[in-house]
Amino acid sequence: MFSSAQSLAFFDTAASANAKVNAPNEPFIWFLQTFITVFVIMNVVLVTMAYQTWAERKVIARMQFRYGPNRTGPMGLLQPIADAVKMLGKEFIVPKEADKYVFFVAPLVAFVPAVAAFAIVPWGDARDDGILGGWIRPVIANLDLGIIYILALSSVGVYGIVMAGYSSGNKYSMLGALRSAGQVVSYELTLGLSLMGVLIQAGSLNLNDIVVQQRATVWYFIPQFAGFVCYFISGIAETNRNPFDLPEAESELVAGFHLEYSGMSFGLFYLAEYINMNAIAVVAATLFFGGWAAPFPFLEFIPGPFWLFGKFAFFLFIYYWVRSTLPRFRYDQLMGLVWKIIFPIVLANLVITAIVKIIGIQAGWWA
Amino acid sequence: MQETKFHTEEGEVFRGEKRMRLNMGPQHPSTHGVLQVILDLEGEVVVRCDPVPGYLHRGTEKLAEGKYYQQVIPLTDRLDYLSPFNNNLAYVFAVEKLLGIEDKIPDRGVWIRLILSELQRISSHLLWFGTHIMDIGAITPFLYAMRERELILDIFEMCCGARLTVSYARIGGLMGEPPPGFAEKVGEFVRVFPERHAEYMRLVTRNPIFMDRAVDVGVITPEDAIDMGLTGPSLRGSGVNYDIRKREPYLFYDQLDFDVPVGTKGDCYDRYLVRMEEMIQSCRLVEQALKKLPSSGPVKADDPKVMLPPKELVISQAEAMQRHFYQVIHGFPTPVGECYGKIEGSKGELGFYIISDGSSHPYRLKIRAPSFVNLQSLPLMTEGRMVSDVVTCIGTIDIVLGEVDR
Repeated sequence: MFSSAQSLAFFDTAASANAKVNAPNEPFIWFLQTFITVFVIMNVVLVTMAYQTWAERKVIARMQFRYGPNRTGPMGLLQPIADAVKMLGKEFIVPKEADKYVFFVAPLVAFVPAVAAFAIVPWGDARDDGILGGWIRPVIANLDLGIIYILALSSVGVYGIVMAGYSSGNKYSMLGALRSAGQVVSYELTLGLSLMGVLIQAGSLNLNDIVVQQRATVWYFIPQFAGFVCYFISGIAETNRNPFDLPEAESELVAGFHLEYSGMSFGLFYLAEYINMNAIAVVAATLFFGGWAAPFPFLEFIPGPFWLFGKFAFFLFIYYWVRSTLPRFRYDQLMGLVWKIIFPIVLANLVITAIVKIIGIQAGWWA
Repeated sequence: MQETKFHTEEGEVFRGEKRMRLNMGPQHPSTHGVLQVILDLEGEVVVRCDPVPGYLHRGTEKLAEGKYYQQVIPLTDRLDYLSPFNNNLAYVFAVEKLLGIEDKIPDRGVWIRLILSELQRISSHLLWFGTHIMDIGAITPFLYAMRERELILDIFEMCCGARLTVSYARIGGLMGEPPPGFAEKVGEFVRVFPERHAEYMRLVTRNPIFMDRAVDVGVITPEDAIDMGLTGPSLRGSGVNYDIRKREPYLFYDQLDFDVPVGTKGDCYDRYLVRMEEMIQSCRLVEQALKKLPSSGPVKADDPKVMLPPKELVISQAEAMQRHFYQVIHGFPTPVGECYGKIEGSKGELGFYIISDGSSHPYRLKIRAPSFVNLQSLPLMTEGRMVSDVVTCIGTIDIVLGEVDR
């Protein structure tokens, strides 16, 4: 594709675009600000993730006439902490049959890309200074390559699963990894293609630009409704959540690819799954539901992070709802769904969006 | 099935081949207990499926030989532990037939037996519903089903103090009178249940993913079903209209109006529909039986040789106390002979075959356990299909390992 010089040039422009907006003159201050921003945003992400497990258990419990966690602290609010302490205190058991190095690396490979996806999500207008005079910026890296970066990271995440399944030396894990390889690769395709409509419409890969465009025109889930639905379905499949949780299908493969993991190495997979979920939800909110933008101008007094968080929570709720409602697909049906139904729809969506845009530009009504 | 019954050293058999041998169970979340299924896989496709029962074998049949007839009743609770009252009933029928007292049971006792038997069928089907759907991947219906099952268990608890191991039936009647409020509580359940059932149907029946997973999966033709001796919903799902309650009515089933649902294709979806409809029919039966239930009267046969004397006589009269002691310590003798008592249990035909040598314990007790017989349809249903279908098919047979292994 790109020669190395070209791709470097690509990154240069990205970095300079970023620097143009945010960077103060002194590199050291710039570094410190970035560090603090990363610290704050990553802590928000991780705490959100921890309490998301609590929220999921509560929401699903309510749907099932149960109480959910309610022993640890008021309303069970300390449950995530108790879980974390439990997992940290457990032994990391490496099975005799395992491929030790791969076994050790796999959870990290699953976890790191999941977290890294949050680097480019704008929590407010990235062209602003952010709060405290730029010390906490609304986005860690305002990449012009935004969407490609996200797609790249989600492709890396699947290696963690495949490596875990392969290295565990367990047949259930192996089956889980095989299922996962097929599933995630197929759904990644539709995940990427379903975003292409948005790209064409916005004419940019930069997440902040897309949000700004949506604020100026209309939230893209209206013109790109097919793309949005396909994106969300593919996103659920991509994160191995019910009804697409075949790689870890509890009733079939016991726990699938992470069957042999214990203690915090299991915890990392667990975290990775939830953070991936968050990433899918936050990208859906950003690309289709206006990200940090308020739905109406008179509501703009509420800061951007709250809007993004609200939209993001809404998608998480849909995740929980789906999980507690639907049965699981079988492997061949899963593949049938992606190749026979979703793939044609996203292709058609892509072509139609492109045609409409060309006609619009020719006719002069496309802004 | 006819090849090895043991699992050999892993990998030895198929080293160098494309096949993988997977020991699914006995510790696996969806083998419904401790069933082991040895699967030979090519990728995800099952080439050979070999169910291996026996991990829960407790020797119930042998244990029964050393016990008096009335002492066997608690053992039967532990067979199909999801419908203990039906097990009690099938055993008690066999002994009553042996003694020739099956016509002496008072009407009220029979009606209560019928009501509880049908409630037990509903509770067993509810648990099947929950676990079957959970195997397919939906977690919520299980808790919905548990909610209604709880109501039924409450009724049993009210009658005899136990929720699972009820041991409520006695040879010649029931353990005792159900407490006041029994009929109201059952009436409450009958009123609530149909709408809850409609809720399950809305939640699951037309769900496209569920239909994908169940339709045309695990097809058993009527001929195969009869050849393998399947009974109960597994047989009726294949389109064979055979229900002991209709063919050879016991209790008072001939006085009641109910339908026997029958499938057409014999796949998992048909068996699902059959069981769901059976719950509604059972509910109808209970409703009718409640109307016919005499408001008072004895629940035990008046047969001093078999029945324990009433408690108030035991504590006030010396003869009654002696008789009580004698029966508890020596049991009661039976005529020499053989007999077979059966009922339409929730899983199929549940039968007890007793050989009596005239003493007060059975010489031999054979249990015809429907789960055990139905389990042999698993290889037929799963070979050539995928791993996920194995789980669906185990669920659709509705096995209880306590009964498979006895």
